[in-house]
Amino acid sequence: MSEERNEEQPPHDASGNDAIAEATGTAGGTEHVASAPREDAPHTEINIDAAASDAEVEAQMRRLSRRSFLWGAVAVGTGFGGWRWLVTRRPDDGIPWPFRRALQFNEELGRDFFKTTRLAPTFAPAQAAAIPRVNGAIGMEDEFDPKEWRLNVEGLADEEAPEKELTLAHIKSLPRVEMVTELKCIEGWSMIVRWGGARLSDFIAKYPPATRSGDAPDVRRKPEDLPGFVGMATPDGGYYVGLDMESALHPQTLLCYEMNGKPLTPEHGAPLRLAIPVKYGTKSIKRIGVIRFSDRRPADYWAEQGYDYYSGH
Amino acid sequence: MKRLEKKHPLAIRWFHWINFPVLMVMIWSGLLIYWANDVYGVRIGSRSLFQFFPDAFYKKFNLESRLAEGMAWHFLFMWIFAINGLLYVIYTAVSGEWRHLLPNRNTLREAWQVVLHDLRIRRQPLPRRKFNGAQQIAYTSVIVMGLGSLLTGLAIYKPIQFAWLTAFLNGGVLGVTGYNAARFLHFWLTVGYCLFFLIHVAQVARAGWNNFRAMITGYEVVQVEGDAPQPTRTAKASGDAVSPATPEAGAA
Repeated sequence: MSEERNEEQPPHDASGNDAIAEATGTAGGTEHVASAPREDAPHTEINIDAAASDAEVEAQMRRLSRRSFLWGAVAVGTGFGGWRWLVTRRPDDGIPWPFRRALQFNEELGRDFFKTTRLAPTFAPAQAAAIPRVNGAIGMEDEFDPKEWRLNVEGLADEEAPEKELTLAHIKSLPRVEMVTELKCIEGWSMIVRWGGARLSDFIAKYPPATRSGDAPDVRRKPEDLPGFVGMATPDGGYYVGLDMESALHPQTLLCYEMNGKPLTPEHGAPLRLAIPVKYGTKSIKRIGVIRFSDRRPADYWAEQGYDYYSGH
Repeated sequence: MKRLEKKHPLAIRWFHWINFPVLMVMIWSGLLIYWANDVYGVRIGSRSLFQFFPDAFYKKFNLESRLAEGMAWHFLFMWIFAINGLLYVIYTAVSGEWRHLLPNRNTLREAWQVVLHDLRIRRQPLPRRKFNGAQQIAYTSVIVMGLGSLLTGLAIYKPIQFAWLTAFLNGGVLGVTGYNAARFLHFWLTVGYCLFFLIHVAQVARAGWNNFRAMITGYEVVQVEGDAPQPTRTAKASGDAVSPATPEAGAA
């Protein structure tokens, strides 16, 4: 695959070629002495003994080949070794840990270099799917009475607040927002959906979590003092997602109770679901039963099975 | 008489042989991902000619229910694929190798002659150069395709951060727009790599051992005219357009 010493030297270094010249020089026997490199010679030139006999040329080539193919074998061996190493590492949430580290590296890079408040493209209401696709009912298999439904909020600033158990009326009292965005499923399909509901950021401002500093929360001006994460789960705990606070406060992250201008249907997550266009659809949890503010990263159903936790777009 | 001649610089050989397994990993992990929503096929009107892929294909190659694994591999190896490709482009630009690779005004005509030659329609020998017109087109296209995969990949991976890329595709590709168009192009570019690979391997097999060995050792044994021993001279490493080369050199 390569000349000798290529590990120590840059690929197009002249000294790499000297190794060849040396090899070919000795291969040519004693009769022909290769001339010294020209002073002005670009360093990709090598000395080749033009007077060598055919047999000598073939011998030189064999020597070169042996060396290069040995390097090739080392490279192939390293490749296979690397592959074996990768797939045998201790799993970290469903994938060998080097892959998990890579996903985390990509997340950090994204959060450092992208503008995470960037808005998702919006569409005209007419472009929205008339009958949005239903995909997944994990956490919604149990008997469920929407009338009995309450939204439990944990980690509030005021532990004794009566708001710990909310009804849909509480959510509907927040400013109503409608948006038409594209839901991107991690499976690869996408769909334009017309959502209606309240901004999660408005909800968090109304029902603020306990701050890191212990000061009174100020969601608009001091978001960095809020806990780092928001966790959500279905009433039966069968499906659960974790969101970074930054994405939770994104203006297009909605607590959604309408689709196409009508109340949510049970299979789309009635009475209340999340619509978060800055993440894969897996994060848009249906039938929210609990919202938990926390500084510890909440569990995430799909991230536990090998998927990227952040899943940010 | 015979002589050794430098053909492929060490850097290019490394880029080439690193790219090969990395692209294989990208295609394999891409299939693991594609399985989850395998919607593409070839249709004429309403008649389906071929569906990517029949269930037996996924079963045979154990590609089912491995979406998370596919994404994990894809998002790690994308870095190696992109960085290796970028270094290759920088190297060819700086070293002057691009002169052998980029098509010029004679390329199209010459490529057509190569096609006729390969189909045994035209008998005249091919131009004796490092890369002929057909190769220039193929090797340049595959780099442009690589850039295409990178851009459509970014549009799929970060569709909000790269919304401008997706918006660019809103013009539509064969009636597919936006995010779907990015995914559509990303898939068909991969089909393109597979076709490239098949033709490339067939051509290398045809060109023979000496040509293949040059991609590993960097050197080719060439037949030079006249058997009078010449005084020692230097051979241009990069293989000039005017330097003699074996007829096989033109094929792969």
